[in-house]
Amino acid sequence: MTAALTVDGLWKIFGPRSDKIIGTPDADLSRADLKAKTGNVVGVKDVSFEVAPGEVFVVMGLSGSGKSTLVRLLTRLIEPTSGTVQLGGVDITSASAGELRDVRRKQVSMVFQHFGLLPHRQVIDNVAYGLEVRGVKKAERRAKATEIVDLVGLSGYENSYPDQLSGGMQQRVGLARALAGDPEMLLFDEPFSALDPLIRRDMQNEVIRLHRELGKTMVFITHDLAEALKLGDRIMILRDGEIVQIGTPDEVVARPADDYVKDFVSEVPKAHVLTLKWVLREPRAGEALDGPSLPVSTIVRQAARVAIASDAPIRVMDGDTLLGVVDEEDIMRVVVAEEES
Amino acid sequence: MSEAGPGTRARVPVEDQQLVDPPPTRPIEPGAPPPVVENAGLSRWIPALAVVVAWVLVYFFTRGNHTLDLPSLSRTDLHDRLTGVQNGLLEGRSTNPVMQFTNAIADGFRSTVDWLQRLVSKPAFPRPVPQIGWLGVTALATYVGLVVASWRIALLVLASFLAFGVLGFWDASMDTLIIVLISVLLSVVIGLPIAVWIGTNARANAVVTVFLDLLQTMPTFVYLLPIVLFFGIGTSAAVVATLLYALPPIIRIAGFGIREVSTTTIEATDSSGQTYWQRLFKVQLPMARKTIIVGLNQTTLAALSMATLASFVDGPGLGKPVLQGLRVNDVGTAFVPGALIVLMAVMLDRTTTAASERSERVARGGTSNVARRRLVVIGGGVAALVAVYLSRTYVTLAEFPTYSVGGRISAGVSDVVDWIKDNLGGVTGGTKDGITEWVLNPVQSVLAESPWFVSFAAIALLSLVFGGLRALVITVVCLLGVWYLDLWHDAMITLNMTLFATLLVMALALVFGVWMARDRRVDLGIRPLLDAGQTIPPFVYLIPVLALFGPSRFTAIVAAIVYAAPAAIKLVADGVKGVSPTTIEAGRSTGQTTWQEITKVQLPMAKGSLVLATNQGLLYVLSMTVIGGLVGAGALGFDVVYGFSRSEAWGKGAAAGLTIVLLGVMLDRITRAAADVRRDDGPGPRRAFNVRLPIGPPR
Repeated sequence: MTAALTVDGLWKIFGPRSDKIIGTPDADLSRADLKAKTGNVVGVKDVSFEVAPGEVFVVMGLSGSGKSTLVRLLTRLIEPTSGTVQLGGVDITSASAGELRDVRRKQVSMVFQHFGLLPHRQVIDNVAYGLEVRGVKKAERRAKATEIVDLVGLSGYENSYPDQLSGGMQQRVGLARALAGDPEMLLFDEPFSALDPLIRRDMQNEVIRLHRELGKTMVFITHDLAEALKLGDRIMILRDGEIVQIGTPDEVVARPADDYVKDFVSEVPKAHVLTLKWVLREPRAGEALDGPSLPVSTIVRQAARVAIASDAPIRVMDGDTLLGVVDEEDIMRVVVAEEES
Repeated sequence: MSEAGPGTRARVPVEDQQLVDPPPTRPIEPGAPPPVVENAGLSRWIPALAVVVAWVLVYFFTRGNHTLDLPSLSRTDLHDRLTGVQNGLLEGRSTNPVMQFTNAIADGFRSTVDWLQRLVSKPAFPRPVPQIGWLGVTALATYVGLVVASWRIALLVLASFLAFGVLGFWDASMDTLIIVLISVLLSVVIGLPIAVWIGTNARANAVVTVFLDLLQTMPTFVYLLPIVLFFGIGTSAAVVATLLYALPPIIRIAGFGIREVSTTTIEATDSSGQTYWQRLFKVQLPMARKTIIVGLNQTTLAALSMATLASFVDGPGLGKPVLQGLRVNDVGTAFVPGALIVLMAVMLDRTTTAASERSERVARGGTSNVARRRLVVIGGGVAALVAVYLSRTYVTLAEFPTYSVGGRISAGVSDVVDWIKDNLGGVTGGTKDGITEWVLNPVQSVLAESPWFVSFAAIALLSLVFGGLRALVITVVCLLGVWYLDLWHDAMITLNMTLFATLLVMALALVFGVWMARDRRVDLGIRPLLDAGQTIPPFVYLIPVLALFGPSRFTAIVAAIVYAAPAAIKLVADGVKGVSPTTIEAGRSTGQTTWQEITKVQLPMAKGSLVLATNQGLLYVLSMTVIGGLVGAGALGFDVVYGFSRSEAWGKGAAAGLTIVLLGVMLDRITRAAADVRRDDGPGPRRAFNVRLPIGPPR
């Protein structure tokens, strides 16, 4: 199966004569040194990755890590300095203005941190905007928009104006607008950072539900590790525009690529993220192998109750194959290690 | 330091504006050496004081020598050469392609205005009366007010039009309105595309802003001299001058509105795959609509103010009788047309504002009753058409009947003025003489009676102290220009009046601005007065001031203060109000007194606004120079007025006009540089200058 999104050797350097830097020794300088030497700022530095169809790919980093720049490069809201982006088989980086517009209209849409709604339009016309610029007839686009407004749980607010809605509801409008064009891929640029914690949790669940129902490919930018772990099939961690690590949530937590990532994940409740894969061991000699069996993808926390209830260690299975065993003590070690740290 | 700070935002290419992630001013990482402290040096006031003291000392030993004094009616060779250039151009009118082009435009304007005049204000041959009589015009105007705004505005329009007629200035009022209408229409047609251009293109914005700055720094009268040369006097010059003066506000404000449309929204809608035109018409223009209408409002008021001033070049309209009255110091004659100008300003201002509010409501789907609205639109339209028909048929409805009210008001005002002169003459005269003798004259002596090179050096040094090297260069260039134009002595006298008036303007601005910012009720009480003050064309201020003080330098200064103060007060008030409440709260929590709060927190943090207010105050005051020349200000103002009235003195008038421009550029650049010179000021002052939203009526 071909990837939904392929990014290869992508660079963005801001500043004067930024195109002259790649390929020279200057390109290897750190961000601060390059800034001092040439006055250019590296936004994204030689980034390559692939996103599979239907995957939720989370890009995580602190502010200044280049994640928002990266997501804008994907649809050329910012022009890349070099590298290629392939989106659903179209080479974005070499697309003409018309082709690019076509991609933006049909294949990919985006949700923004500060919503970016049109204050002079009602909710329904905000949602229908993407259809409108494509030239869909008014009755048709309104019908479609109404459907989407229902889907994101805003029924009854079709004729409100954005400034009459709360932040969370405004972001639902932003989500609806992105969904209205029925794109293959959704890009989220820190969509929930401006929202209250409770509303943020609701919206995260909403995204999970929509993903389950619609199965769209999603690229999700966030600075919140908990959000990344909750939503991501895979997580890419950026620092100063460079990839530090790409992996599944449990990989990132269990095997941080360097001290930077380790520092990041140190506060994460590991028992909530790690699967049995990361705690299983070879059965010891003489150990009973008649305990309950659990699939290897089980989260540690969920295995805890089973382990306590059983005298024999849990057998960790990948399908029919026995990978190893986990007992109460192994699980306690994960939980306790966390409390000590 | 922070080259990508908000202050320079307008200048960086669009590409870089999208640089969202890396914060432009990164705090220093822990462990790095602390930043080098820039040498704050001595306060700028100490060297400045030293320069002034030295200047005064030198003055005492050298006064009266090399002052380059030129008696008020004499001219130099340079002035005669300038007059010669003018004559040469006028003689070559039929062969010079530029002149042919401008004359063709002038003819176009003249015939358009003429056609409109025959429509509403002067006999349309072979009819003895205009095509549409007063009843028809009034009905149509009222109808327009009703449709675009509300019945209340319609009543205001009706009352205004009736007042134009009853007070005996129907024709003049119509002429002024015609010129305003044409100029505003052309301003919109020319200005909106430019506004879109500068609103969407950072480079275009930088270039156009330079021209707009130049146009707006230039005192209005300076336009008139070249315009007369190229477009002749009368109607066409009036339209061209009005157009030039009315154009910058709409370009600037609408461009600002378009540029300030949230980048997130643009990005979000771009990511839906919209085209350039879809972005413009569905996102940028609708979101900037409110600001664009503010621009339209400002343009309309600017047009009215210039249309009245254009009477200087024989433009038709209400300005003419005002000018006639002022020329002979007859307040009674000037009063009624002056009051009508104010009425017209209020009418235009309220109508455009109400129209924008109404369109806002309509856009929000607030049209309450469609059927009733239709009835009003159709019924009102029919009534207006009937009125037009009647006014074409009956002479009494075509030509406004003559009433004696206007004359009686004039006479009454004259009596009041006489009474003031007789009874309050002691008070007003005393104030005038006291200030003239104790403040104006001494400073003027130092400026104008020092040898010219001493004043030159002193001014240059002061500009260096306040504005740094860049200001020094510009100052030297401007002063050399002033010297070359042979009007040094007059220039110093005008400079003195300008500085003194600005000082008083700033004193007023500080007191009222801080008061307004600290007390909401005061703000609510004063702001409408300031708004009203700003909608009135500057011409009109002279009338009451002249009544109080008679013709003199002092009168011109007071008029300039009245003209400049509202803008400065508002700028200071808004600046002080803009100080972060958190900072004020933090200050209060340390137990500061009110006085400490004002002097240590609010004023320093509003420094950008203070400098901007000074800058604007200077330019406003300077732009009143020529108008002040009408009421005895003398110096450059008089030279320009004299140049307009005598063809052989045209060259001297032009030189005086140029000198005013040079002074304006010099003062503008010194204040701007003063805002820029200290790095620790941050981008605030610079940003204030970059945006420079005219301080119009509230949105």
